[in-house]
Amino acid sequence: MQSVVPSPGTNPTKLVLEHVSKWFRTSSLHVQALDDVTLRIAEGEFVCLVGPSGCGKSTLLNLIAGLDRPDGGTVQADSQTIRGPGPHRLMMFQEAALFPWLTVLGNVLFGLKLVHGLNASERREKAEYFLELVGLKRFMHSNVHELSGGMRQRVALARSLAPNPSVLLMDEPFGALDALTREQLYGDIQRIWSQHRKTIVFVTHNVREAVCLGDRVILFSPNPGRIREEFSIPLPRPRDINSVDLARYSTEITRVLKGYVQSEVVE
Amino acid sequence: MIARWAVASLFFACVIGLWQLAVNAQIWSPLLLPSPASVFTYLWSAVEDATLWEAILVTVRRLLIGYGLGILIGLPLGLLTASFKWSQDTIGVLALGLQTLPSVCWVPLALLWFGQTEAAMLFVVVMGTLWSLIIATDTGVRTIPPIYSRAARSMGSSGFHTWTHVILPAALPFLLSGMKQGWAFAWRSLMAAEIYVTILTGFGLGHLLHYGRELNAMDQVIGVMLVIVMIGLAVDKTLFAPVERFLHRRWGTARG
Repeated sequence: MQSVVPSPGTNPTKLVLEHVSKWFRTSSLHVQALDDVTLRIAEGEFVCLVGPSGCGKSTLLNLIAGLDRPDGGTVQADSQTIRGPGPHRLMMFQEAALFPWLTVLGNVLFGLKLVHGLNASERREKAEYFLELVGLKRFMHSNVHELSGGMRQRVALARSLAPNPSVLLMDEPFGALDALTREQLYGDIQRIWSQHRKTIVFVTHNVREAVCLGDRVILFSPNPGRIREEFSIPLPRPRDINSVDLARYSTEITRVLKGYVQSEVVE
Repeated sequence: MIARWAVASLFFACVIGLWQLAVNAQIWSPLLLPSPASVFTYLWSAVEDATLWEAILVTVRRLLIGYGLGILIGLPLGLLTASFKWSQDTIGVLALGLQTLPSVCWVPLALLWFGQTEAAMLFVVVMGTLWSLIIATDTGVRTIPPIYSRAARSMGSSGFHTWTHVILPAALPFLLSGMKQGWAFAWRSLMAAEIYVTILTGFGLGHLLHYGRELNAMDQVIGVMLVIVMIGLAVDKTLFAPVERFLHRRWGTARG
């Protein structure tokens, strides 16, 4: 089940990262966040990046989002070098990045208003459609603080989906939620992904979560952040996080991951 | 709601009752402590001969123009100091220093520069508003979680759009408290200026107060003070309270 083959299937390549490196410099610290990372992601693929904290996986997401530039190497989407943020690659964050001064509907409309060529009623229609999709249409006039953590992340998901990006970048979006809420969201995200076929790059430190969601799981090791290994997960969908097959994969990957983390500590 | 009104009315009725009792006890000369009735008689006569309305108009106009100018200048400057290091080290430090200066201290300077004119009054009000507003805007913008603008940038927002649609609304709670503080400073400094100086271009409430003292008319002194308090209350309830209610509802903050 270990695989070094890049992207599975016959889909065209969506994202290409070649020999990407990134440094962070502060007055007292010089950290290499990414070291010679090469990665290809196919269109419609669901890729999970897994690794301990500080292995540069969020940095990689920022590079793809165009919120940051690489110090070396290239990052391309649709064969074009990424030069800045764009509505085709949207980012969803772990923390509540919803805007508290807007209602639920206002938050979903925020991204839609930045898409050209939509009039007010089309925007409204889309916003309501995606709120319906995450099951929160009847809360559209609520204020953000009135929602639970899980509902907020659902709104954030609707907000990211509404402008119809081809790539969805998710930075530990369920990290702050309780286990039960997370399980519901695993179901939701798989359902939405199968309906809308976005390319998804999903960052997490939870191996089980990665195996449950990803076509591929890519293992990172820290200091400096490097890709260590790739795993294809050929399990049928929708997947249940509690299934035995899934547990076998995650046990194997966790074992490999532990090996890296321990050898790092010994070094 | 009705119960709250009832409690408030009862409380103020008691305050006036105690005042009347103190007058009845005749401990102080009626010249120093006029009865509630005589104060209201003065206010009524001032309303009838229009002196009160004119004074209120003059004062409130000065205040609104000066305060508006202060906001127009202070808000962009606050955004500037929050955005660039050089402006923080220059304008920011200047604002921090001048904010500690009681705004009454601007009165002598304003009179020497502008003479006994409207401009001097406006200058004092602007100086009272400006510095605290710069500081509040600066603090507000700095306290915004960076994730808001990152999320907005990811959705394609940039430059001016980010400022007007993300930074300013996110800083709104701080802006409001800055504007309230600026208002309080402006109001105090204007009253001080009007009491100290006779401005030839219009007699405000401060002058009315001043002449009350000159004429030993204690009913006028207390009457005008009451009016000044009422205006302060009215502004708070009509200008700031609705915005505060909106903030509580949206942000879910439980203040007040």
